[in-house]
Amino acid sequence: MSGVFDAVIIGAGPAGMAAGAVMAERGARVLVLDEQAAPGGQIYRGIEAMPAARVAAMGADYAAGAALVARFRASGAEYRPGAMVWQVVPGEEGHEVWFSIAGKSRCVVGKSVLVAAGAMERPVPVPGWTLPGVMGAGAVQVLLKAGIGAERLVIAGAGPLVLLLAAQCLALGVRPLAVLDTTPAGNFAAALPLLPGAVRGRGLGYLWKGLLLQARLRFGGVRVVRVTDVVLEGAEAVRAVSFRAGGQVQRIEADIVALHEGVIPAQQMTRALGCAHKWDEGQRCFRPVLDGFGNTSVHGVLVAGDGGGIGGARAAAQAGVVAGAEMLRRAGRVDGVGRDAVAGPALRDLAAEVAVRPFLDRLFRPAGLPGDEVVVCRCEEVTAGDIRAAAAQGAQGPNQAKAFLRTGMGACQGRICGPMVSEIMAGARGVSMDEIGYYRIRAPLKPITVGELAAAGDDGDD
Amino acid sequence: MFRRFDAASVAFTFEGMPVMAAAGETVAAALLAAGVRSVRTTAVSGSARAPWCMMGVCFDCLVEIDGVANRQGCMVVVSPGMVVRRQVGAKDLG
Amino acid sequence: MRGFDLIVIGGGLVGGAVAFGAARLGARVALLDEGDVAFRAARGNFGLVWIQSKGAGMPPYAHWSRQSAALWAGLSDALSEVTGVAPALRQNGGFAFCLSDDEFARQAERVQRMHNESGGIGTRMLDRAELRAMLPQVGDEVVGAAFCPIDGHANPLLLLRGLQAGLLAKGGEYLPGRHVDAIDYDGGFTVQCGAERFTCAKVVIAAGLGSRDLAPMVGLEMPVTPLKGQILVTERVRPFLDYATHVVRQTDEGSVMMGDSQEDVGFDIRTTTPVLKDIAARNIKVFPLLREANVVRTWGALRVMTPDGCPIYEESVSHPGAFSATCHSGVTLAGAHAMALAPAILGAGLPPAMKAFEAARFKSGKINVPSF
Repeated sequence: MSGVFDAVIIGAGPAGMAAGAVMAERGARVLVLDEQAAPGGQIYRGIEAMPAARVAAMGADYAAGAALVARFRASGAEYRPGAMVWQVVPGEEGHEVWFSIAGKSRCVVGKSVLVAAGAMERPVPVPGWTLPGVMGAGAVQVLLKAGIGAERLVIAGAGPLVLLLAAQCLALGVRPLAVLDTTPAGNFAAALPLLPGAVRGRGLGYLWKGLLLQARLRFGGVRVVRVTDVVLEGAEAVRAVSFRAGGQVQRIEADIVALHEGVIPAQQMTRALGCAHKWDEGQRCFRPVLDGFGNTSVHGVLVAGDGGGIGGARAAAQAGVVAGAEMLRRAGRVDGVGRDAVAGPALRDLAAEVAVRPFLDRLFRPAGLPGDEVVVCRCEEVTAGDIRAAAAQGAQGPNQAKAFLRTGMGACQGRICGPMVSEIMAGARGVSMDEIGYYRIRAPLKPITVGELAAAGDDGDD
Repeated sequence: MFRRFDAASVAFTFEGMPVMAAAGETVAAALLAAGVRSVRTTAVSGSARAPWCMMGVCFDCLVEIDGVANRQGCMVVVSPGMVVRRQVGAKDLG
Repeated sequence: MRGFDLIVIGGGLVGGAVAFGAARLGARVALLDEGDVAFRAARGNFGLVWIQSKGAGMPPYAHWSRQSAALWAGLSDALSEVTGVAPALRQNGGFAFCLSDDEFARQAERVQRMHNESGGIGTRMLDRAELRAMLPQVGDEVVGAAFCPIDGHANPLLLLRGLQAGLLAKGGEYLPGRHVDAIDYDGGFTVQCGAERFTCAKVVIAAGLGSRDLAPMVGLEMPVTPLKGQILVTERVRPFLDYATHVVRQTDEGSVMMGDSQEDVGFDIRTTTPVLKDIAARNIKVFPLLREANVVRTWGALRVMTPDGCPIYEESVSHPGAFSATCHSGVTLAGAHAMALAPAILGAGLPPAMKAFEAARFKSGKINVPSF
């Protein structure tokens, strides 16, 4: 694994796999590092090991991932599963990538580094969301992909995953007790003007899929309710979910409650690298500033896939091809014309893929911010009210709130609370998200032991 | 709670009790499938927690695995004979 | 245009302590500060109330540090009472470890020299056995330590928060997001921040590295430069270290801080793997049990260094009522800043004993080696 790679790719989801494959197929020396045990990212998680019948139940979009994984496996890209990248150091000649496998850390150098770290679920800070049994909808889907179905499940949230997860559960014989649709009332009207744009490209297909899923749920006897004011009840674990529907407070007893308000870019790595980020009002998230080929503001560092803005799995794969083409050029494997030849078709597909996004983003835009009593920093147990109080004392942004309250100083290193703390601070101070900014993120990107750090790089090559 | 679609063949223990996992399954997934509600208590208030994200982000699935405290249960694949314990509060360096 | 008795420029630990100390005495105080992201030594602080090595070659600094240690409990009580935020002060002694016989001998000599210059404070050398009796967890490579019974530590983030909250509670104003463009003098002072103007009878420059450019506006000199330190901090672990040490500190909430690196690299606050690796390796030698602790954060921060490493306090001759205040030990000296310096600034001015801290000493050609 020694020496300098044309590219070090972080993440083996659709973007990372596509970039790795397109480069390796053209003779480039590529290393793909991924934290999971098998390729596919979260979206195609477990696809290699899953029985065919279950793949079918998960749906055609999931099943399509098998071909990409197979192509990646055959491409000749070097692939290291179980590899946790904890530091990337940009340099003039190449970038150092420090990573840990099985408790040992080493360093490789990439002429380019592609951050294909994907997305995370947007945190859903509602009262009781830290109770055992309350999970992200994505987490319940991860379990489904591992062959574990949630019973006595209520799904509460907004976004394409809510319907998809419910339909997948239904298809696998674990019917959800209910789907609580939290899409704010005014969203549909606000999204309507964006509908004409959404039917271009592949948009119509995505919209049709949404309608189909709704029909399937209705046919399958899954209760779907428009709700507000979701509250999780329970002491040691969740026992019920209460909500307001049709002007009344209602309550459903449940063992598992899956919450969802869409997904957002995983920004930890691009933040640590010092890449410029902008607030995307449409997607209500920060995203790294990218040019048309995935280049960030840091020379030689690229981003592809949902980590650069949410577009979904197929868009991620296309963006991976585009970034791969650019990294082939950066490594001197192709010239500008050669890059454009590789990237051209993918760029056209990418445009068709993301046509539907503005409509979906507006339709599923989450409602306001959590009340004062709600915990936002799950690790350090800091509430929204604590953060507002820090702002009232004069804290100017998330970094001062962090210093005063320890919010973001726990094991997750601010991944979960960061987006909310910035929004709460911006709201409290009445300034824009770009002005309020985000936590300053530094190595290690995930915790490593003092002992491992002390021995980092000592073993040489394997 | 949770229902397994496939047979589980890998034996390990949680808090000394025998638990079965499917091959390739993570510790967090296996514990949930076995009906474990809470896998840890926090170091701040001692409140009970269980996996939230299942994809390595939230660190709410922390457990002690083979004597090593504060490991992400959702990122570690179960191996036969693994000894898993609830993470109670902060790590004890001994 | 708003008027104050005192404006303190700089919302770090030095400025915060002076501002709180003054507001506590009833003065109308404003504290001007920068925004969310700035070169904040206060946020990168290690948190020691460290006396044993302070002021080698400069007895007034040694005595000032000792005075601060003695005043710290009063500051802590005042903050707790006024704000409910206690800065987690522990003054039960501090260790400076020696990893070789050579180092032990040099350390012993330093302790003796401090004693001869500035009088005894009970610092004593502990051999391996004595050290292990007090700290059973230290590693085999530690041959001994200097132990000073009046050393201690506090939580610098809680201190900073408490000082700002205390200022507000005592009727002061915290004015963040301000950049001082000019300070005019006509017997009193007018501080310009963009389009805003604030007047005051007295002004204190305590703006850390920013002081260098501000001081000349009121006829003072503060020739400070940055000295980078990198720190790494672990997850919360169960309590194992109650004492202060010069390289490792366990905070009140359980996380462990380590780092004593010094790099003269200008305003670069990036962390670097070789330095972090070195800090990790050295601290495992001191406390082998740290091997298993997870590092969750690292950071680089800039110490505010004067040419001799000692503080600057001075009242301007050309602009009476304007004071400079800077040091690299904002936690250690917080007690003195709040409880002694602030009253002096509000009252008759700095006592004669503090002449030793005037910046004119840098022009004498005799600059001491910085001491930490």
